[in-house]
Amino acid sequence: MFKNVAELVEKAESQGISIAEVMIRQEMEISEASREAVRERMGRNLDVMEQSVAKGLAGVKSLSGLTGGDAVLMQQYIAKGKTLSGPFILDAVSKAVATNEVNAAMGMICATPTAGSAGVVPGTLFAVRETLNPTRDQMIDFLFTSGAFGFIVANNASVSGAAGGCQAEVGSATGMAAAALVELGGGTPEQSAHGMAIALKNLLGLVCDPVAGLVEVPCVKRNAMGAAVAMVAADMALAGIKSRIPADEVIEAMYRIGQVMPSALRETARGGLAATPTGKKLERQIFGEKK
Amino acid sequence: MKYNSVFDIIGPIMIGPSSSHTAGAAIIGRLARSVFGRMPKIADIHLYGSFAETYKGHATDVAIVGGLLDFDTNDERIPQSLHLAREAGMEVAFHTEEAVPEHPNTTMIHLEDEHGSMEIIGVSIGGGKVEITELNGFKLKLNGMYPAILVLHDDRFGVISGVTNILTKHRVNIGHMEVSRKEKGKMALMVIEVDQNLQDSILDEIRGLEHVTQVTRMSP
Repeated sequence: MFKNVAELVEKAESQGISIAEVMIRQEMEISEASREAVRERMGRNLDVMEQSVAKGLAGVKSLSGLTGGDAVLMQQYIAKGKTLSGPFILDAVSKAVATNEVNAAMGMICATPTAGSAGVVPGTLFAVRETLNPTRDQMIDFLFTSGAFGFIVANNASVSGAAGGCQAEVGSATGMAAAALVELGGGTPEQSAHGMAIALKNLLGLVCDPVAGLVEVPCVKRNAMGAAVAMVAADMALAGIKSRIPADEVIEAMYRIGQVMPSALRETARGGLAATPTGKKLERQIFGEKK
Repeated sequence: MKYNSVFDIIGPIMIGPSSSHTAGAAIIGRLARSVFGRMPKIADIHLYGSFAETYKGHATDVAIVGGLLDFDTNDERIPQSLHLAREAGMEVAFHTEEAVPEHPNTTMIHLEDEHGSMEIIGVSIGGGKVEITELNGFKLKLNGMYPAILVLHDDRFGVISGVTNILTKHRVNIGHMEVSRKEKGKMALMVIEVDQNLQDSILDEIRGLEHVTQVTRMSP
């Protein structure tokens, strides 16, 4: 089993295979399952992701009323043909938002790596589907590549907001998406590692401060920005830009930052945006006077 | 390594909104139900740390009860579970605790009916992964990935080999095993993770051993 990014890249490069392929082989070994079974299981995850994106783009509303409908607004804006950051990034943004709006509405999603950060990977994947025209197999590989990087983060740091803040959730998801985008975009395993490092570096320190304890504000928009960061980080890596700090050390830094992050900023809804006057007011409106 | 499979990272397919506070909570509830072996009449659910602070927003309460009703993480009945539990005759109560647990997402579930009671502590470590850390006061570490058998027995010599001999006879491979006791010479709990679900006849055979008080199984 690969324990860190360095080992993962080495395995891929020495055998001349993709990161997705390293992950698939490892999964076949630990689960004693056939290649077809492992790929098919990932295919089911892909199908659920596609359904959540479609559902969100059709428009949903959460029970609290805090989130929903922004994915639709973004698509309407793109359709007008005049945007500042360009249609590709904004398509990823709207599809990430769509997924998290469905999640907030207690709809069905696939956690990647968590539910609160479930929008970034599918958001970017279904956006580049429009531009790179990947086959279904390539889309499944995209998920294995993201999974390989997420696997390392989860084992060496954390993917839990309660343990490590939002950097561990949206931060991890953004790093995973960036690495997979690089691979789909034709980059080398080493470039994937740089893409991952560049993405995660820019979300270090991000706290988990959900208003009223709901996975809505600011989670949905953090997925939006995670998708945008992942696209830009992947482009940077494909341009040949390297992260001065290696991916494994960025992951280690993320872990250490999480350890010293006060509990008020780790999914307890006691600090950050949750503790702002408006955050408190929304909490009272939704749950009434409590605690 | 805490995570073994890529599907711990990409997955589970689940009802939102939180993998740790909704899906993980449902998994802990379902494992508790599996160990209890039947629908409980009473469920007292204690929530600690982040679970206590944010359970309403994350539907942690709804999810744990969904698990106790034996629902999977992607069961679309989860949002209605409190209502469904009432209909099924399960009396549910929630208690938010001040104590600071080792991991922020911890729950202690007490289940009861006329045949007996059980207390289990579960931790949701992120992304829908869980660990069962205590059962009826015995410390243990189970992640619910593999079928397990739990044997409550007198803390005496020979009991462990008695159990493993039966498993050997039926060609059952042991993946992981631990024994814990609260006090020397009193009761002990043997936890054995195996590669396949065991037939009832094997469990009955273990139940027939001297010094064995109770045998239950946990299925993922």
